[in-house]
This record gives sequence, C-alpha cells and structure tokens, in this order.
Amino acid sequence: MSILVGEDTRLAVSGLTGREGTYHAMNNRRYGTKVVAGVTPGKGGQDVEGVPVFNTFRAAVEATEANTAMIFVPPRFAADSILEAEDAGIATIIAITEGIPAHDELLVFNVLKDNPDVRLIGPNCPGVLSPGKANVGIIPASFFKPGNVGVVSRSGTLTYQIGNELAQEGFGNSTIVGIGGDPVPGSSFVDIIALFEADPETELIVMSGEIGGSAEEEAAEYIAANVSKPVVGYIAGLTAPPGKTMGHAGAIVSGSSGGGQAKIDALEAVGVRVGRTPTQVAEIAMEILGR
Amino acid sequence: MDLLEYKGKRVLARYDVPLFRGKEASTVDDAVAAADEIGYPVVVKAQVKIGGRGKAGGIKIADNSDEAREYATNILGMDIRGHVVGELWLQEATDIDNEYYAAVVFDRSAKAPLVMLSTQGGMDIEQVAAEHPEALAMLHVDPLVGFQPYHARRLTFEAGVDADVVRPVGDLLAKLYEVFSKEEATLIEINPMVVTPERRVVALDAKVTLDNNSLFRHPDNAALDDNSNADPQELMASERGLTYVKLDGDIGIFGNGAGLVMSTLDVVAAAGGAPANFLDAGGGAKAEAIVASVEVILSNPNVKAVLFNVFGGITRCDEVAKGLIEAYGILAPTVPFVVRLDGTNDVEARELLAQADLPNVFPEKTMDGAAARVVELARDHA
Repeated sequence: MSILVGEDTRLAVSGLTGREGTYHAMNNRRYGTKVVAGVTPGKGGQDVEGVPVFNTFRAAVEATEANTAMIFVPPRFAADSILEAEDAGIATIIAITEGIPAHDELLVFNVLKDNPDVRLIGPNCPGVLSPGKANVGIIPASFFKPGNVGVVSRSGTLTYQIGNELAQEGFGNSTIVGIGGDPVPGSSFVDIIALFEADPETELIVMSGEIGGSAEEEAAEYIAANVSKPVVGYIAGLTAPPGKTMGHAGAIVSGSSGGGQAKIDALEAVGVRVGRTPTQVAEIAMEILGR
Repeated sequence: MDLLEYKGKRVLARYDVPLFRGKEASTVDDAVAAADEIGYPVVVKAQVKIGGRGKAGGIKIADNSDEAREYATNILGMDIRGHVVGELWLQEATDIDNEYYAAVVFDRSAKAPLVMLSTQGGMDIEQVAAEHPEALAMLHVDPLVGFQPYHARRLTFEAGVDADVVRPVGDLLAKLYEVFSKEEATLIEINPMVVTPERRVVALDAKVTLDNNSLFRHPDNAALDDNSNADPQELMASERGLTYVKLDGDIGIFGNGAGLVMSTLDVVAAAGGAPANFLDAGGGAKAEAIVASVEVILSNPNVKAVLFNVFGGITRCDEVAKGLIEAYGILAPTVPFVVRLDGTNDVEARELLAQADLPNVFPEKTMDGAAARVVELARDHA
C-alpha cells in the first residue's frame, strides 16, 4: 500500500493547458500515473497529448471518474479551483501553486474542514509520490524507489536531500508527501502521520519540519498519544533570525512562537529522535530499522 | 508587508476608524509647518517599522514651534535599532483617560482570525498575557461567518472596559475586523487605543501588516510599500527577483529551495561558521539567476567565502555550474567558493567545473563536508 496516491489514482489537472501544467502532468503520466482529464475554462473539447480537457471539474469527473485533482493554475485562480474540485466530489486535491493569498487559504481551509471526504495537500508544495505507483506533482521521481519509509515535509528540496540520503543507505519509500511551506496548509503533519500510522507498508516515518507556526509541536502531542511506529524528525531554520520570512511564507519566527529549538524539544520530549543534519536523519533511520 | 504607522492609518481611515489629526513630514521645515498647522501641543513621532520608539527617544511632545523644530531635527536621521528615521508623523496631542489594546491577528495555528482586547494598553501584549491574563479577552472568528455584534459584546464585557465606552470600543473592533478581512491584512494592532476625557475612543497608534500575496487585488496598498530602510543587498535581490535575507556573518550562501537553504545555514553554523545571508534561487534557476545571485552575495562586503549547496530536482546542476562559470567571467571574485552540487545532472556539472578550472573553487561531495570546508576557508581568508 501507500497513502494518498497510488494505482487507483485518476488525476484531473487544473491548468493542464499551461506550459508548466503540461510539462509536469506529462512527467507524471510517463511515471505511470493515470492522467485522465484537464480542466481549463473555455478549452473544453480540446486535448493535451491525448488527455481530454473539460470546462469544469464537474464535467471532468462525470466523463472520466477522476478522483484526484492537481492544481497548477496561477495564485489568483487557485483557491477557486480548489473549491471547484471539492464541489465536484474530488477526494484528494493536491495544490502545487505558490503565492496564494493568505485569506484565500483561510477560506479554503474553513470550507474544506467540514467535509470529511476531502483532503487537500499543499498549497505551495511539491506534491505526492508513491514510488513505483504514482507521482502527482513535481517531485523528481528518479531518486526514489519503493520501500517502507514514509516521508512528510514542509519543504521540497529538503525532502529530496533527505530522501536521497535515505536512498544511499538503501531505503525506499512508501509515500513522500510535501505538505507545503504556506501558513495555512490544507493538511498538517498530524493528518499525514495518521495516514502513515494506518498504512501497513510504512514501517518508519520521517517528518521534516521548519520554523514558523506550531504544526511540529501539535505533531509531537499526536505522536505521543497515537503513533506506534518510530518517527525520525528534522527541523530546518534553527539559526534563522526572528521576524524574517525565510523563503517560505510560513517560515517565520514571530516573537516567542515558531522557533526551531522549541520544536526539537517538543519532539524529543515524546521520544522522537531528531537529526541535527539531513545526514543524521538517514543515520538514525538506519539504526532504527537495523541495517 | 509591514506599513509605517502613518500609512497604516491611511488604510484605517478608509473605514472611518477614529484617528487623531496628523500629518507626515520628511524634512524639518515640513515637520514644523505641519506642527503649526495642527496646533500645540503636538506629538512628533519617528516612523520606523520597529517597536520601542518611545524608549529610544523617537517620540516627543512639542509645546511650540521651537520645540517642534528641535525634536524634528533630533529625530530625523536617528538610528533606532538599525532603522534610520526618514519620516515623521505629527499628531495632535490630547489628554488620555484610558489606554486599551486591540488587535486582529491572522492565527495560523487556529486557521482563523483572532480578535484581542485588553484594558492594559500601552504595554507589550505578550507581557500582559503572561502577567495579567484576566485583563486580555480574545476569541476566534469563523471567517465564513465574520465578526458579529455578539463578538464585540463578549470581548468588551470580558475585558472589562468602562461601561460608557462598551459601544464605541465594540464599533471600533468591528471596523478593525472589516479592515483585516477586506484589505487582506495579517495583523492589525492598535496599541494603545485610547479613551479621551470627552470619552471618545481613538486609535492612537497603528501597526498594520498586509499579505504580499494579495496585493494584486489591492493596487492602492501596493503603493504603500517603502524601501527607505531596506538593506542594500535585500533591495538589490528583490529587484532581481531573488529571495534573500541579510544575516550577520561572513559566509555567503547560495541554494535552491527554502528548506534546503535554511538547513544549509544551520549546518554551517553547527560547523562553527556564521552565514552572511539566506538566498533561495528557487526551482529551475537558470544561469542568469545564478549570475545575479553571485552579484548580490558578493556585494556584501562582509563575505569572506561562499557556499553553493544545491540539490537538483527541477533545478539542473549543469545549469548551476554554467551560471557559476559565467559569474566568474563577469565578476572575477576574490573570495573562495565551495561548491556542492548533487541531484539532476550532477555528473555533467562536475565535469563542467573541472574543465573550467576556476581559481579558488573547491568542489565537495556532501553537505556536511562542504560546510566544514567553507568555514575553514572563511577563517583563512579573514
């Protein structure tokens, strides 16, 4: 098994007809992901390299039974597109778009939270990869092979860095989930760790956090009460100065909240081992899984 | 985007938030003219995006033109914790009966706006929360429902504001929420919100932060940004479309992806070094962006060595190598570069660098090794 995306994924891409949308959707298809539809208002009836395009998500779902959406439209259209996908009954929505207004994200989160049948990953994320099964997004799949380590991260390149270190130690991955670097992500560490805990293929969970917000502290509490599988942590931004946004909109230490050391302390207090460098994360994983 | 006090008040004024009369000035003569027009006594306030202005001597009350001139002369150009005062705000000075605190905050953990009200205004609110939690009323508002009159009643009664101002304080809170949601702010803080002897409730100070990502919907607000106090390297980087944060150290950092760059800063610090900057060239950076990055990094005179730490996903390492070679041709750097390129097309990249045989460029295989090397080189170069 794997989580979120896999052999059953039927993907509809909002923004398929754009240059980036076409490029990454076709990459996903070459990997084996079933890309069944594109959604671009006004371009219904056209196709992109054989993938039919629809004017609305509703039409795309009716015609193709799409169950997963990838959002690749510019920031000003992205929230609307996410809400449209939810309204059309799509269960898994993966939003790659970076730069969505914070209040749009607030609206989306508060609309979706009352719908138990939908899960939003992102925005501002690299997507989700279940090696050997499906890739939705922009994660460079060639570094990863199937295996038993689940990875959840707020950062794209740091995920590749950690994933590559694990691969060099001989580990593969059940699923790699980028939850994104924005202040209001659709899914939190807690949401994804819960899915990994329930996934029989996943034997170890790696969570890569960073400064800003309190998602890592909330994860620590959740892990203490609910998670039986070993978790290895990493926190980026320990040396970042307060009050400065470090690249990701959500990566900022504000006053006394969001600092890196507090996150490490919270995780270690509940028995999560935290690597001080990406290399250490791989070393700890190796120790735990006994190789 | 943090706004200067007077610009924040301009935004509040659009929603009829009660404010004192005032005027901005950037020269001593303009300040005196503005003070004369407002009438005395007048408050002369430094306009900088940092707290603690009063303690630093950046806020004075002038009783006449001579005093206004004296204070304006002293405060303009004053350095308040690294922020040089370029503008003043002159505001009518009035007697004050009560100092309250009001704020609307984008609470990312609760995923809802947080509205706060306290009767202990004029103080640091984190201190109030710690020492007098009973004096701080707060509640989350469902953004789908918005701020309702009962929210205002709950806050005013729970905070214990004077009975005769329950209504105007509640009205002001409702207006702050309206500004917060319509202007897409992430923070609106009024500290203090004052009650005058005539029992008027007025926003004496204003701290407004707007969401940069929403500015396409608010062209008026985009024009409120100012670079008067921006760091020269940060300004240069933003003109070139790079994400750059200036830091205190002497090791220039180049990387791709915010998380990896933050991690690079940490690894360099753990190796005993001090990064001079955060620079994220983003995904898919081409040679041009790399030349621009090197230019910005080297324009900081503190930089004694540079670390390139790239894990290629969408970014191709050979593009990074080409960019570095091009930058060397244009900028002829005198400080050493440690280069660690891994991921997409890393073998090609290493070949390119080997062929170019640039002076003072040291390839490293791992992130930890590269960090140790650059720290050593920065020390030797110092």
